[in-house]
Amino acid sequence: MSVDKATVARIAHLARIGVREEELEPLAAELSGILQWIEQLNEVDTDHVPPMASVHDQALRWRGDVVNDGGKPEDIVANAPDGQKGFFAVPKVIE
Amino acid sequence: MAALTDLGIAQARDLLAKGEMSSRELTAAHVEAMAEASILNAMVTELPEHALTMADASDARRASGTTGSLEGIPLAIKDLFCTKGILTTAGSHILDGFTPPYESTVSANLWQAGAVMLGKTNMDEFAMGSSNETSYFGPVQNPWRREGDNQALVPGGSSGGSATAVAGRFAMGATATDTGGSIRQPAAFTGTVGCKPTYGRCSRWGVVAFASSLDQAGPITRDVRDNAIMLGAMAGYDPKDSTSADVPLPDFEAALSGDIRGLKIGVPKEYVLDGMPGEIEVLWQQGIGWLREAGAEIVDISLPHTKYALPAYYIVAPAEASSNLARYDGVRFGLREEGADLTEMYENTRAAGFGAEVRRRVLIGTYVLSAGYYDAYYLKAQKIRRLIAQDFRDVYETVDAILTPSAPSAAFPFGDKADDPIAMYLNDVFTVPANLAGLPGISVPAGLSAEGLPLGLQILAPAFDEETMFRVAGVVEEAANFTARPEQWWKSPS
Repeated sequence: MSVDKATVARIAHLARIGVREEELEPLAAELSGILQWIEQLNEVDTDHVPPMASVHDQALRWRGDVVNDGGKPEDIVANAPDGQKGFFAVPKVIE
Repeated sequence: MAALTDLGIAQARDLLAKGEMSSRELTAAHVEAMAEASILNAMVTELPEHALTMADASDARRASGTTGSLEGIPLAIKDLFCTKGILTTAGSHILDGFTPPYESTVSANLWQAGAVMLGKTNMDEFAMGSSNETSYFGPVQNPWRREGDNQALVPGGSSGGSATAVAGRFAMGATATDTGGSIRQPAAFTGTVGCKPTYGRCSRWGVVAFASSLDQAGPITRDVRDNAIMLGAMAGYDPKDSTSADVPLPDFEAALSGDIRGLKIGVPKEYVLDGMPGEIEVLWQQGIGWLREAGAEIVDISLPHTKYALPAYYIVAPAEASSNLARYDGVRFGLREEGADLTEMYENTRAAGFGAEVRRRVLIGTYVLSAGYYDAYYLKAQKIRRLIAQDFRDVYETVDAILTPSAPSAAFPFGDKADDPIAMYLNDVFTVPANLAGLPGISVPAGLSAEGLPLGLQILAPAFDEETMFRVAGVVEEAANFTARPEQWWKSPS
């Protein structure tokens, strides 16, 4: 499968990465090369193979639904580029 | 006594225990060597004062009779591990200024064992790379050079800074992480020992995530015994990581019996590659001979889906990365580039903050997870992953461990593969299957190339059988008798 400029622009927007117009063509070529290389997987018959998401066989552990950490609002916002009064500040979202 | 920076962890441990030197002396020698090696660019952050303070605290603990398994030993920490109050960058511009308010479990375990932190090591951005050329802080130089040649070589990646700090003798050991080979390949390129334990052996809590189902921490050291000691201190069950394995932690060092009589060692025929340098195959044959002489039985095995591991990895890993890296949004930490609205701020921040390789993988990951392509790519790769894991399960019915080369070449010059992502990805062809299957693997320096560069052999073992892995690795190490070391050309003549 090869991807075109419009597809690269679409997935870049989905990934929220700004890509300049002149970068779209070279990126499309790069990504197409990688996707074509990946297509060798189609040689393998996987019709009756269940997908594997994790190497762990066991079920995830349970724990009590209790608060075991917290009360650190200063720590939480300490690294924010714009942390104000215990909040993360972002550009205006609602008109 | 030899130079303090030539001591291994086990030797230093014994000298410290006998009171023949202090952690402060040992740490000061490494702090000085680290400063002299700055041209290698192995460190993002050097912490000389912090290290000496920790060394003094260790000496005080020893005086009061409490010692841990790494008491007073100076180590370097890959800049992917969050360290409380100390800059943590993951080799990325997007984490500019990030100072974690918490400590990763693995590094906390090391401090609990008495270790001393020298600094944070350079790495490929978000651990995505096999040459250390993708770091925002510039590439790391391999301490090794070709014989009679001054051309700079890559140290491998992504844990190239950690491998260089250990090979260059300015850290006694270093933490590293391995998602597709990022511990074992740089270890092979620098003549060091690097182990990726079983998935779940070391906690991922507080380690900046790349691909969560594949990421695993492990140590890089100068010999197998030191590696076993350091892994013992790093590993252990952690309730804060839901994929941490609640299994007993064996004494890895005690597994180094040197006795592999009767062990069955598998040699997979699929690990012979077209175009692989002949000297790597010769080294592999040598390794097979060493194990046979030591009393192991060599068994020819087949791992039929091996050639599909790398392309499957380049779906699974970018898919998980695109999801994990969604958190870098200019809101909660690191870099922010303003924009006209929130979406533009996100797009500007991520355009400026991510380097070319990270951007490439996030885009691939976004594509294979997007509507209409999920089944054809992501689901397909997850099915291939099961076949690869099953291949290993089948052969471990009959063999105890597997011997392969660690990497398909020795260290190469900067820029050699920079324009061809797939050529770069092929570096990990021998290491990626163990990540997909969650199995332990270790690279041991086993010989020199014709050009005088180190080459490694890899030993793979069944899940949670690091003891057999270390036992076989110890035998390979002893037979190889790898004593070569890089000239310290970066030191000014005194």
